[in-house]
Amino acid sequence: MQTPLHHRSWFAVLSTVIAVIAIWYLAALWLNGQQLIKTYERKNQSWQLTDIVQQAYAVKRPMLPPPHQVVQEWVKTVFQTKPSSKRSLVFHTIVTLQSTLLGFALGTVLGILIAVGIVHNRTLESSFMPWVIASQTIPILAIAPIIVVVLGAMSITGIFPKAVIAMYLSFFPVTIGMVKGLRSADRLHMELMQTYFASSSQLFWKVRWYSAQPYLFASLKIAIASALVGAIVAELPTGSQGGLGARLLSGSYYGQTVQIWSALLMASLLGASLVFCVSVLEKLMLRKRGYQA
Amino acid sequence: MKSTLLTALSVLIVLVQVGASLTLSEGFMTAAPAWWLLLIFFVASATRLMNEMTRWLDAQPNANRLFKLVVPGLFAVVLLTIWQTLTRGYSVPSVLLPAPSDIVLALFNNGPVLWADFKQTFLKAVLAGYVIGCVSGFIVAQLAVKSRFLELGLVPLGNFVSAIPIVGIAPIMVMWFGFDWPSKAAVIVVMTFFPMFINTLTGLQSVDALHKDLMHTYAAKSAQKFTTTQLPQALPYIFNALKINATLALIGAIVAEFFGTPIVGMGFRISTEVGRMNMDMVWATIVVAALAGSISYGALALLERRLLFWHASVRNAQP
Repeated sequence: MQTPLHHRSWFAVLSTVIAVIAIWYLAALWLNGQQLIKTYERKNQSWQLTDIVQQAYAVKRPMLPPPHQVVQEWVKTVFQTKPSSKRSLVFHTIVTLQSTLLGFALGTVLGILIAVGIVHNRTLESSFMPWVIASQTIPILAIAPIIVVVLGAMSITGIFPKAVIAMYLSFFPVTIGMVKGLRSADRLHMELMQTYFASSSQLFWKVRWYSAQPYLFASLKIAIASALVGAIVAELPTGSQGGLGARLLSGSYYGQTVQIWSALLMASLLGASLVFCVSVLEKLMLRKRGYQA
Repeated sequence: MKSTLLTALSVLIVLVQVGASLTLSEGFMTAAPAWWLLLIFFVASATRLMNEMTRWLDAQPNANRLFKLVVPGLFAVVLLTIWQTLTRGYSVPSVLLPAPSDIVLALFNNGPVLWADFKQTFLKAVLAGYVIGCVSGFIVAQLAVKSRFLELGLVPLGNFVSAIPIVGIAPIMVMWFGFDWPSKAAVIVVMTFFPMFINTLTGLQSVDALHKDLMHTYAAKSAQKFTTTQLPQALPYIFNALKINATLALIGAIVAEFFGTPIVGMGFRISTEVGRMNMDMVWATIVVAALAGSISYGALALLERRLLFWHASVRNAQP
């Protein structure tokens, strides 16, 4: 039996994307059109619907820039500007990427260490685990300015304070996933190792670490997306000169909506490609372990 | 006998250290480094106490659940005491890191201001955005579970959105909906929609085929099917989303306030007080935010336990 067209996934995804773009254009017409009408009325000029439609997609500081304007700006700032210039989006992306990756690496290491501690020490689990969970109910992003001030007073500046915030957001999924993963070791394997008189480090490296790998990668996908959010948000209150967050902030100060949207587009592309990279690694790892794709 | 004595001694040391950190005058660590000795003993005794408590609790599976809070509580006391001792003992400038006691003072002295911020950020923006976002995610998931087309189109979109930093739309929302709380609520709606949608959809799809067939043989109407099988089966997933969203919502509101607010709100308070170097006030606001976040998370977790007492995940968690 053949699947009907509207139940094929490429068709559904394609129509969703087209629908989103169509709604976007209509909304842009509506929002920018209202703005234009207001200007016309203020100047007491008469206007026609065709004028509005023509101009709504070419406003300099639109309420909602239509997709092609955003893409134009994106292409201009990515490909037609030197990457070393502050006007280049590549420059800002690299700044954000650095603190994201550093924070992600730190968060992963910290998350794994905490998980190992929790799995091996009952007291650590009962005293620390509730706080690991509670730490995520605290809107940590609020602490971002403080971390920057405190580290700045110790003359630590640059990407490190931002990476600390990215780390804070990304360690949690890793800890939770790893605790689950390290505990998921097959009981029979563990007992077999014990009959071999395996030391606890052998037990860890030969059984637990192996069984935790799939869990680790599932968590890493969440962690890297959170690290990016952390890095972007950390750039907001710190008054930093570079980075996608700084780009968003300066865009909102000067009403440069096209700039905001193109920074958002870049952030989405960055986020999606980071997650994609991790999932490629995951696939490779799973294949090595003999899973069928 | 010996171990009881040791435990009593540990309790004593903990109490002395807590008292000392609260009462001694500024800079006592610089004046007399011997206090380090007490601090080290304090950490050792507290560790011992936590070990004992954990062992005792593990031996008594029927102990009251409130007892389980003692160990993490003690852990928090240890951290706070070390913080208090070091900041007071070395008279760390409060611009850098205020002592916990200063934060508590700021909390009490600025009650009305903090309450106004809480009202603006939490009671208006967070609640409105959270309710709208979760309800609409739930409704769209209902539609998607009935239509394969919608499901195929929206799920990849949802996965894509989960990879992108949505808080970035905050400046746009501020531009559209103004400085006041509706713009923050709008950010929260967008942030909470997809987690709710994806989770509810997964939950609704997880319905046991046997249950479905059973209801079919009973000639159940679709509303009956929904309330008796679909909704209960989906509830754990829905609660999962509700809990995730509770924290997301607070983050969204505070971050959105960095982009412009009327002169009230927790995000506004944090960014202005950092500028004025009033760190104790910043910390006090964070304490309020942390309490709001943990209490709403805790309330949801309790509600989940109440409603889902029959579910495997809850039954196994309770000893």
